[in-house]
Amino acid sequence: MITALLVMIFLAVLLGLILGYSAIKFKVDGDPMVARIDAILPQTQCGQCGYPGCKPYATAIAKGEADINQCPPGGDTGAKALAELMGVEFKPLNQEHGLQKPKSVALIDESTCIGCTLCIQACPVDAILGAAKQMHTIIASECTGCELCLPPCPVDCITMEPVLENSQSWKWKYPVYNIQNTTGA
Amino acid sequence: MQFKNIFKFHGGVHPNGNKSLSTSLPIGRLPIPKKLVLPLRQHVGRVAKLKVKPGDQVLKGQIIAEADGNVSASIHAPTSGKVLKISEEILPHPSGLPDFCITIEPDFKDTWIEKKPISWKKLDRTELIEALSQSGIVGLGGAVFPTHMKLRINQSQPINTLVINAAECEPFITCDDMLMRERADEIIQGALIAQTILGAKECVVGIENNKIEACEALKKAAQKTAIEIKVVPTVYPSGDAKRLIYLLMGIEVPKEKRSMDLGIQVFNVATVAAIYRYLELGEPSISRVVTITGAVKAPQNYEALFGTPLSELIIAAGGSPNKTKKFIMGGPMMGFDLPSIHVPVTKAMNCVIESSPELFPAPKPVMPCIRCARCADACPVNLQPQELYWFSKSSQLEKAKDYNLFDCIECGCCTYVCPSNIPLVQFYRYAKSEIIAQEKSKEAANTARERNEFRLARIEREKKERAERHAQKALGANEKQADDEKKSTIAAAMERVKQNQQENIKT
Repeated sequence: MITALLVMIFLAVLLGLILGYSAIKFKVDGDPMVARIDAILPQTQCGQCGYPGCKPYATAIAKGEADINQCPPGGDTGAKALAELMGVEFKPLNQEHGLQKPKSVALIDESTCIGCTLCIQACPVDAILGAAKQMHTIIASECTGCELCLPPCPVDCITMEPVLENSQSWKWKYPVYNIQNTTGA
Repeated sequence: MQFKNIFKFHGGVHPNGNKSLSTSLPIGRLPIPKKLVLPLRQHVGRVAKLKVKPGDQVLKGQIIAEADGNVSASIHAPTSGKVLKISEEILPHPSGLPDFCITIEPDFKDTWIEKKPISWKKLDRTELIEALSQSGIVGLGGAVFPTHMKLRINQSQPINTLVINAAECEPFITCDDMLMRERADEIIQGALIAQTILGAKECVVGIENNKIEACEALKKAAQKTAIEIKVVPTVYPSGDAKRLIYLLMGIEVPKEKRSMDLGIQVFNVATVAAIYRYLELGEPSISRVVTITGAVKAPQNYEALFGTPLSELIIAAGGSPNKTKKFIMGGPMMGFDLPSIHVPVTKAMNCVIESSPELFPAPKPVMPCIRCARCADACPVNLQPQELYWFSKSSQLEKAKDYNLFDCIECGCCTYVCPSNIPLVQFYRYAKSEIIAQEKSKEAANTARERNEFRLARIEREKKERAERHAQKALGANEKQADDEKKSTIAAAMERVKQNQQENIKT
């Protein structure tokens, strides 16, 4: 009886020590869930979800504060991936937050631009080049198409141009073909 | 026929060759067309840098677009004339989308720029590679990878064997066959040059046993050299570089490795002939042999300048008797339908087949996959095409990748044998390009995330710095008079208001 008790106590202490040690040694900084959700989000940083960027939205999802279907650029595919990751039921995109649009990039009409720098301050990925009273321009390869530069522009010189397919970005399409009618009808 | 030391690979098919259609006539020469359209992107890698502007006079062989970086190739004027325009034109590409091209209006004098043959025996390897990087030569078998890049070798793995690919396994195509029959000497000389540059111990030419005349010509030309001509059985796709290596040497190039890592380098016959012409004669890559065959009146091979409109080639071949006007670039197994007959001849264009209902009947209706696994028996890469089909069809791209979708060489053997007539390769192409597009957008998202995080950190840092500056100012002000103190509080208040405003704008 005593021996059994002692063995159990010894084991409990030993395992406790191991667990306590590994809790310190293998501590994970930050929430890995946030990073995994953030990896699925399209990083447009548009804020259409109601949060000031993709990371805050990812944090909110991880905490259970936000739903998985609030990201219009991610669309249904993104919501599906998030549902799979979170182990919840898939919900189609909540259209209150906006519709999924084809990828676009901003274009500044350089003859109208007055060089006010307001769009530069609004751009979440520093994709606008320019200085005060100098013409601004968009670095198209870095633009995420978030449209955040549109509202601050006092002269409305920014437009969104859809990204067209070129011979480099062209993709083979899903095959479409006739199937045989076997019913004889 | 007996094959000595040949290692047969798994699978493969035996489609009807249809090669004799275009081998009865010698390689023809096309007259200089009224205009030449030269795409800036005719090779794998970075697009060539423009060196001319509209209105410029150019001489034959002059560089009109220069290689940009290492993995790129120059483009030379195929004849003398005037640069007419630089514009977007339709290319021989399955997308049918336009890309930038230089249009040259020939002056029909065909004046060469001063030819500078290179005494390659005197130069060392790096100098030769440097010289070849200006030659515009790319893999003429269809892969169009810049040739000078393939001649670079890393120190850890010397090249032991140079394989010259003369298999030309696709039906209908005979451009390499005719080149070997007529210019076997150039090919052998080019192979010797490539062997010297690579420092390869041996050089083997792999040729299919259906090209008897070409084989004889090569053997004759290679008599006094150590080059070995090895005849391989006619089985599609023996012309795939890795399949040919296996046939010749019994060495399987592992997944995600190149033959170079095993000390083997492969060049197409036309490519080594182009190397010879560049170094010995000083002629850059400005033309190639193209097979025009199929339903055209007089199928034949032509030496065509790059940029020649396909319509000129069709006229030379007697025109097309039927009205379908459908043309396939490449072979019937791996080729694609051309978007227009006005596309130019490019470095990749080895063959154009006029399609007709007699040659290529409309595809039979597709039936469901019955998992008979005939495709797996035919697959030369030992894949499971039926599984890849299911995953691609249902867009389970991750699964398709796990089943080694990217090892598929799109040879079309599976489609050829499928009793249900399923266009399997189209599904693989779809899945591959979808995966590539997803990876690209993932990369873009990662950059956007980094840039956003950097921006947030920068704003934070600026805020901190400003606060520190204010604190220091406030300290200095304390020691002064009360007047100044008031001023500084006002200034600080103003600053705060400004900051608030800025924050309001941001949110």
